[in-house]
Amino acid sequence: MTDSEKGKNNYLLYLEDVSKSYGSKTVLNDIDLAVRQGEFCTVVGPSGCGKSTLLRLILGQEQPTGGQMLMQGKPIGFPGPDRGIVYQRYSLFPHLSILDNILLGKQLSRSILRSIRNRKNDREEALRYLESIQLAEHAHKYPHQLSGGMRQRVAIAQALIMKPTILMMDEPFGALDPGTREMMQILILELWEEYNMTIFFVTHDLEEAVFVGTRILVLSQFYTHEEDYVSGTGKGARIVADHPLHGEKALSTKVKTTAEFGQLIQEIRSQGFDPEYLQNAREFNLKHPDSFITFTEIP
Amino acid sequence: MPKKRSIFLGLHADPSPGLRLLLAILPFVLLLSVYVVASEIRHKANPHDKLLPTISKISKAFQKTALEKNKRSGTILLWSDTKASLKRLFIGISAASVVGLVLGLNMGLLPGARNLGLSFVTFISNIPPLAILPILFITFGVDQLGKIMLIFLGTFPLITRDIYLAVRKIPRENIVKALTLGASQAGVIYRVVYPQVIPRLVDTVRLSLGAAWLFLIASEAIASQDGLGYRIFLVRRYLSMDVIIIYVAWITGLAFCFDLALRKCVAFRYPWYNPKADN
Ligand SMILES: Nc1ncnc2c1ncn2[C@@H]1O[C@H](COP(=O)(O)OP(=O)(O)OP(=O)(O)O)[C@@H](O)[C@H]1O
Ligand SMILES: [Mg+2]
Repeated sequence: MTDSEKGKNNYLLYLEDVSKSYGSKTVLNDIDLAVRQGEFCTVVGPSGCGKSTLLRLILGQEQPTGGQMLMQGKPIGFPGPDRGIVYQRYSLFPHLSILDNILLGKQLSRSILRSIRNRKNDREEALRYLESIQLAEHAHKYPHQLSGGMRQRVAIAQALIMKPTILMMDEPFGALDPGTREMMQILILELWEEYNMTIFFVTHDLEEAVFVGTRILVLSQFYTHEEDYVSGTGKGARIVADHPLHGEKALSTKVKTTAEFGQLIQEIRSQGFDPEYLQNAREFNLKHPDSFITFTEIP
Repeated sequence: MPKKRSIFLGLHADPSPGLRLLLAILPFVLLLSVYVVASEIRHKANPHDKLLPTISKISKAFQKTALEKNKRSGTILLWSDTKASLKRLFIGISAASVVGLVLGLNMGLLPGARNLGLSFVTFISNIPPLAILPILFITFGVDQLGKIMLIFLGTFPLITRDIYLAVRKIPRENIVKALTLGASQAGVIYRVVYPQVIPRLVDTVRLSLGAAWLFLIASEAIASQDGLGYRIFLVRRYLSMDVIIIYVAWITGLAFCFDLALRKCVAFRYPWYNPKADN
């Protein structure tokens, strides 16, 4: 085993030169990314730049067109219990009660016999999770009887009970009102600390990304040669910025009003979200110690 | 002052519960009275009129077919006909549901099965079932099997296609979610997809029952020794409108009850399926 291969295995998640095209349309172009255990990565970028696509690739729901994707040193396969997911919608099973939704993972991953034997323990565990998301009294309702915020809390508990190596979330709070949203941000931070999780969190809300994450990734269009600059978009997106964020999470929403907070958001907005502003791939703002970029020849 | 809502007319009407019941009954009462009056008029002109038998004639016929044993067969005709017909209907539609469910699930979930089956089932579903009735009678005999096959062939393509659509409508996210919860492929089918399409199956079967009755009666009319359709077409020869009316009303009542029962079954057992529906 070479040194570089050992290096890759030290990361929880390692992507190199990952690209994804749909037909002739390139969505992701040479994504390089290394994530360590315990990081809370937030991914932002303009709408349609491929955030959800990146998440689907890591999830195994779709296969990349090219590149290498490793999880704990092993190639990423089809969706499995090591990668949990919370979508903006459709995470819950409409035909199951809230309690059964949370229990489902426990039952699916066991044989019928063992899940009958462990029934009582599993139920207690599920109820504990329900309590931690403050929905214990709704255990026997169906998803359609809950509000959007409650449903997302259930979806989070449903994913957490499987103790996934990495939890992925695609705009999980996108449809919530600002108040509920803030409560959910604090909840997810508490759970992240409590369970020592690794989280990969896609959002279109910059403030949210900077507030909850320990690391922010900006996905956007870019250029490598001057002539591309004129032709503009269509080359696909890359990680154009990769910042570490304050490591110790202060579980207070007060930071949102500080000047640095606002400044960072402004900086990211101008780098990643201004359609007039394309960055040269050699000038990306890759401040995070683990960030790297490989210059494979881009045709 | 809030505007008063009308009790019957307009978009914002709000009939009281009593009025609602009255409104629901009204068309039936109207139909019945028109019939009684028309039959009265015809009998004045010709006491032996057969076309619109009077209520007393109908009740006499009811006595004969539904309460007394028939002298020749030794059974109560309405019951023995109902039993024979329902047996065919039940076997035919059950087979169609099972086959439709299995095919629909497989075609909806497995790309291989989809490519294999979809265009074939679509093709089959375009065969007019009554047109192949002679073939069915020749192949499966004019006895039970031919009739059951007609009901089966007439309803299973639609059930299959509907279940297929229902499976395809389950968001991909929902299935990926199940996989991330450790589901095997069988787990996805039996714990996630199958329970979500069962109420849809009940609904489809409910709507297919109309077609099933049509095929049943058509096949009984053409070749049979018993059954509701057979009896109707038999007594037609003697212009026994009274018996026909009793049989038609009975079939309609049965079909209505099946529909109601299946609807209630969905509402009661699968409350998540149609959370807003109130009918
Ligand atoms: N199955 C597909 N076939 C073809 N094109 C696709 C497919 N899925 C996504 N795309 C394209 O890929 C691009 C990125 O889509 P994606 O959903 O990843 O964007 P996103 O960054 O998540 O956007 P948003 O913030 O709006 O959710 C879009 O331009 C979309 O049209
Ligand atoms: Mg998206």
